[in-house]
Amino acid sequence: MQEIFGRIKKRAAELFADGTVTRMVGWQKGESDYDKTPAVFGPDMKGFVYDGFCGANLSKYLINLSKVEGRTLVLLKPCDSYSFNQLLTEHRIDRDKVYAIGIDCNGKLDINKIRALGVKGIRSVAEEGDEVVLDTVYGSKRVKRSEVLLDRCYCCKGKDHVAGDEFILAEKRVDTTTTDRFELVKKLEAMTPDERYEFWRGELSRCIRCNACRNVCPACSCVKCVFDNPALGTDSKANSDTFEENMFHIIRAFHVAGRCTDCGECSRVCPQHIPLHLLNRKFIRDIDELYGEYQAGAEVGQRGPLTDFAKNDAEPGATPDKGGKK
Amino acid sequence: MMYKIRTERLPELFALAAADKALYLPVEQGGQVEFRPWSEGAAVRFDALNTVRSAKDLFFPQTENLVAFRTEGKKISIIENADTGAPFGLMGVRSCDAKSFEILDRVFLAEPADTYYKARRENGTVVTLACHEPEETCFCAALGIDAAESADGDAASWIRDGWFYLKPVTAKGEASVETVRPLLTECDGADDAAVEAEKKDIGAVIGQLPFSKLDLSRFRGENMLEIFNDPRWKELSAACLGCGTCTYVCPTCQCYDIKDFKTGDGIQRFRTWDSCMYSDFTKMSAGQPRLTQVERFRQRFMHKLVYYPMNNDGLYSCVGCGRCLRKCPISMNIVKVAKTLGGEQNDEQ
Amino acid sequence: MQIKIDENGNFKPTIVAFCCNWCSYAGADLAGTSRLSYPANVKIVRVPCSCRVNPLFILRAFQRGADGVILCGCHPGDCHYTTGNYYTRRRMTLLFNMLDYLGIERDRTRVEWVSAAEGAKMARVMNEFVARICELGENKRLEDLRCKKSLEE
Repeated sequence: MQEIFGRIKKRAAELFADGTVTRMVGWQKGESDYDKTPAVFGPDMKGFVYDGFCGANLSKYLINLSKVEGRTLVLLKPCDSYSFNQLLTEHRIDRDKVYAIGIDCNGKLDINKIRALGVKGIRSVAEEGDEVVLDTVYGSKRVKRSEVLLDRCYCCKGKDHVAGDEFILAEKRVDTTTTDRFELVKKLEAMTPDERYEFWRGELSRCIRCNACRNVCPACSCVKCVFDNPALGTDSKANSDTFEENMFHIIRAFHVAGRCTDCGECSRVCPQHIPLHLLNRKFIRDIDELYGEYQAGAEVGQRGPLTDFAKNDAEPGATPDKGGKK
Repeated sequence: MMYKIRTERLPELFALAAADKALYLPVEQGGQVEFRPWSEGAAVRFDALNTVRSAKDLFFPQTENLVAFRTEGKKISIIENADTGAPFGLMGVRSCDAKSFEILDRVFLAEPADTYYKARRENGTVVTLACHEPEETCFCAALGIDAAESADGDAASWIRDGWFYLKPVTAKGEASVETVRPLLTECDGADDAAVEAEKKDIGAVIGQLPFSKLDLSRFRGENMLEIFNDPRWKELSAACLGCGTCTYVCPTCQCYDIKDFKTGDGIQRFRTWDSCMYSDFTKMSAGQPRLTQVERFRQRFMHKLVYYPMNNDGLYSCVGCGRCLRKCPISMNIVKVAKTLGGEQNDEQ
Repeated sequence: MQIKIDENGNFKPTIVAFCCNWCSYAGADLAGTSRLSYPANVKIVRVPCSCRVNPLFILRAFQRGADGVILCGCHPGDCHYTTGNYYTRRRMTLLFNMLDYLGIERDRTRVEWVSAAEGAKMARVMNEFVARICELGENKRLEDLRCKKSLEE
């Protein structure tokens, strides 16, 4: 990654120097090794960094950066490039004002997974090949990189970018995929409705309605969200009742159905670690099964499955039985 | 007088304490630790440093009903359905969270006192717990809070070498300890030494933590305008998503909104946490007073580091629990703000 | 809150039916003028087209105390706006699957295509749906307690 970072930095400096771009959106190093903040940089690129903790998807920032003068350089990991395309499809980004470099990704690390292994008081984190080396107040520890990746990286959409003006890639590309992305969805479908209800109550009841899932989502790009609309009575700001926990999450997932690229940001940012991507993936799976395989953001200008139809579509309720017990 | 009990016998203590009133503890559920009422078999996690939401929940819950109105034709009836609860116990509160009660008290108990909050404060007995293993996100020391022994709370506790030490501090604490007295052993000199050793060990760890020496001295009234007008707020807030995570996990955030919910045949008026990070925060008929995220972001930190101390004898509205450091989706937090705007004395840290 | 028990002590569900203006509402009208009966606890909400129904409408009907929600529109191919109900079909398929995925009884929601000429079908569909909801009992999994209990003294 060090080598990739060097190449990105060099190339970015060239693009700044020849006037192609006036700013760059990237990741900035923070107070500790695992703490990386998305940031907008000028030509000095002060504090710019790219490593295993740069998980944040930057494409949503382009909505606002498209509105200001000058061209923005954006760094896109392969999965971010899908969100980028989807936003272009929805005309939320001005393509002419963006210069996109597709950058290599070898799977991003999850600090929460590292902590879950009992690591406390982290002083420094370093990536050494397939391992992550941790120095803590209570001793040091080495963990396998493959054990502490973000959930989304275990079912990576692929190492190839679907958008970008140029690419900076490693010679040897690392595949982190180990599971079928629908595995858990299938497991839930196979449960009885009562089991499923219990499962989701357990998860959604932890929701504190902080709106992080909504605000980070590159597909949630409404100027005014339905949940902020005081005229509708849906802006209660909190889950005052279990109904609202369900409603918020059903509607959040539904509003991005057919547009969700499965980037996994919602689950990454959830302070309560609710597996929100399982809601989105249910829609993706149903869309794939009922209306044909569809990957949002694969191409610019695609017609989404919910803004399209076929005359012989399945009837509601007539969904083929997926093995779930009645 | 200090008492002790073996940690493996703690469930007995919880059961006895919970016999006549609800007992809230850090309990793990679905992989996340929160203050939850104790019940048989609950996974109590005294080793977990921070709960996701802070202990302020017990005194200032995320939502609470205030009053309801029912309409029948032209008749409106008022239904008082606020629930201020019954006496409860709260154990496993870290020094940082315990300090937050003082910060909240200054807001809610100032005249006219918030009766809902006041009733819960009177109902609650707080047992603090020393932090056996503070972590890198902790910076309570920078705010003058002692992780090894809380100055707040009704009783203090420590865990060391399989013993749980309990020391009542206030009369309320004495009374609560009395209810579980049959299970406890009185401590002797050796126990006092063990607790002292624990405090010393904690102090040593705190000394090694990266933000323990954070210097907040620049954040005071006379620098208010200078800090307010600092151009760096723009960079700091550039990536802010405008979500409410920091606010909702914060032990000292105390803003709320009062809303009416239409139930079909009436109105339920309720109070709910609000976040200054939201675009509709303090929205008035003329619109929002803070038009962009830069201003909203600035408001949150100015309130914590400048406005609140100005009105409260220099007491910062931050307790250094580190929750915002862990939970912010984009890793922006009060430490970064303090280091950026806090003057050059923070540069080397 | 409406009383959900009839004079014999049996459960009397609240049903919300969203009917499109052009076909299904007229179908319901025809059922009435033909003196075909369907239960009085079906509350019809007229919408310009079945595709006007946003998933939020369905959820909020449950919130306000519905035990079952049925959406009726023109037969596919007969939409007054040519294609509205095709979109409805996809949306509702996905929404109902999602409700099922969350463990909410699948049979509480339904879509039926009823034309203006199908008064008899309308009555039959409503009778069937009400019978099914009676079997399922009161909506508990998508209820909002504030709408049920909070205003009781």
